Amino acid sequence: MSSTLGPLLLSLQLAAVTTLILIVLGTPLAWWLSRSDSRLKPAIQAAVALPIVLPPTVMGFYLLIVLGPYGAIGRWWVEVTGEALTFSFAGLVIASCFYSLPFAVQPLQSAFDSLGKKELEAARTLGASKLDAFFTIAVPLSVPGFVTATVLAFAHTLGEFGVVLMVGGNIPGETRVISIAIYDHVESLDYATAHQMSIVLVVFAFAILLSMFVFNRRLLRR
Amino acid sequence: MSTAGKISARYKLQREGFSLDVDIEIPMRGITGIFGESGTGKTLLLRCIAGLEHAAAGQLVVAGEVWQDGKAGRPIHERNIGYVFQEPRLFAHLDVRGNLEYGRHRARGRNVDVDDVVALLGLEGLLGRRPDTLSGGEAQRVAIARALLRAPRFVLMDEPLASLDRARRDEILPFLDRLHANLSLPIIYVSHSIDEVTRLCDHLLVMDGGRIVANDSLQHILLRTDLPVLGGEEAGAVILARVIDHDKDYGLTRVAFDGGEMWISGQHDADTELRLRIRANDVSLSRERPDETTILNILPGTIESIEADSDASELVHLELGNERILARVTRRSRTELGLQRGDRVMVQIKSVAVKNAPSAGR
Repeated sequence: MSSTLGPLLLSLQLAAVTTLILIVLGTPLAWWLSRSDSRLKPAIQAAVALPIVLPPTVMGFYLLIVLGPYGAIGRWWVEVTGEALTFSFAGLVIASCFYSLPFAVQPLQSAFDSLGKKELEAARTLGASKLDAFFTIAVPLSVPGFVTATVLAFAHTLGEFGVVLMVGGNIPGETRVISIAIYDHVESLDYATAHQMSIVLVVFAFAILLSMFVFNRRLLRR
Repeated sequence: MSTAGKISARYKLQREGFSLDVDIEIPMRGITGIFGESGTGKTLLLRCIAGLEHAAAGQLVVAGEVWQDGKAGRPIHERNIGYVFQEPRLFAHLDVRGNLEYGRHRARGRNVDVDDVVALLGLEGLLGRRPDTLSGGEAQRVAIARALLRAPRFVLMDEPLASLDRARRDEILPFLDRLHANLSLPIIYVSHSIDEVTRLCDHLLVMDGGRIVANDSLQHILLRTDLPVLGGEEAGAVILARVIDHDKDYGLTRVAFDGGEMWISGQHDADTELRLRIRANDVSLSRERPDETTILNILPGTIESIEADSDASELVHLELGNERILARVTRRSRTELGLQRGDRVMVQIKSVAVKNAPSAGR
């Protein structure tokens, strides 16, 4: 059982950390994308959406190079921590953040887009600074967007395989997430364990998606 | 020149196919109307004053304090104004009380009593409601209360009644009358409705093509028939009168004004100040007092001037005591009667509209 539980817990941990980072960093990015008229905006938007269309192996390959001990980020990491970033949990978190970025940013951006500027202008004339109006008006009115972003980023990270395989490998307790474990069991023809893990993932993924849709529907009805 | 009791605003703004170019002084008292047709820049001017137009460079001085000079100015939230938009723009995630508290919490130090404002706008039964359960009229009243609770130096209202149907409008107007009567807060009120403006405003700015074409007291402006928006069918004057007594049998009220006495329909409390609008189309002239006529109000007056109106009609400016009103007569009648400037005539007023609420102190 622990061979099932270990990879599942690691996957959940990875998804939770990644989602937290993505909401914190993705919110200002989505806000900027929603409000800016900058010429850079289309380019940034395309870059954010890239992980949706690229094969995970391509992303994984470049991340492996950048995060590796001779890559820009990897070398710095080795200098600071003394450890390699690739084939570590920290490396997986960074890779997952890139990989799941669009799943957090896009729902937030569309929530901010549909907000318009009317309520925010009203808040400003009532004495709220930009930041104040953002937290007291924009965020509460965009709750369904935050829920969708959280759930999608979480679920997408949970299901990631190709990128993890490229930059993380298969180290138990460190980088052996559930999708890798399932692949392993299938390779060694241990279908029973593969099945056990897979069904857990299917039920789990369905449950969180279901709760997201139910929650957002309730919110809209209120 | 003293700037203590004034708002002076100077804005020049170039937009595609439109330019705003204004340099105005507005008294910091009563209700000042900004009147003009749609697309003449009224809303843009209000947005500039509120700081909502980032690109707008200009000068804004409020009671001697510089709020904006060139591009540099106080950010929106540090301009102490109340803004009532065309739509209520209530915050959907807060109930009515939460909406009202939003501005009050941020009004540093200065406090307006919530209960007073709630009573003034009749919101007692709505405090726990969510914005999407309110009618259009209720929502706009909440929006007005929210702006007042921000404890502003003055209030900007951008056609607050324009998005409402007639019944809702009539529901809100008495509340605006109460605001006018009970608060000393200056209001700048944008409107394209001569009806609203004559009812509410003391002072009027007329805008046309991004420019201010007139800036004077309401009574003076309404006589400016040279202004395109004020001529035509709607031409008419406003006079101020005081109620003397009420004739129950006939349902009429007698009022006194500087040029004499008049009967108006309806009941009004004695000594109430009334604003009476008399349209040029409802006034006719004769040399002698007619013997038998259904017209109740016949007063002696003097012709101050006569100006061409359409091909067939002319507008006659009349003096009734110190008040001035307009009459529209056909060119033919005027020629046949030989009416000229300075002539004494009998002025027959067929209909008078009372512009303030029947019971302003309800």
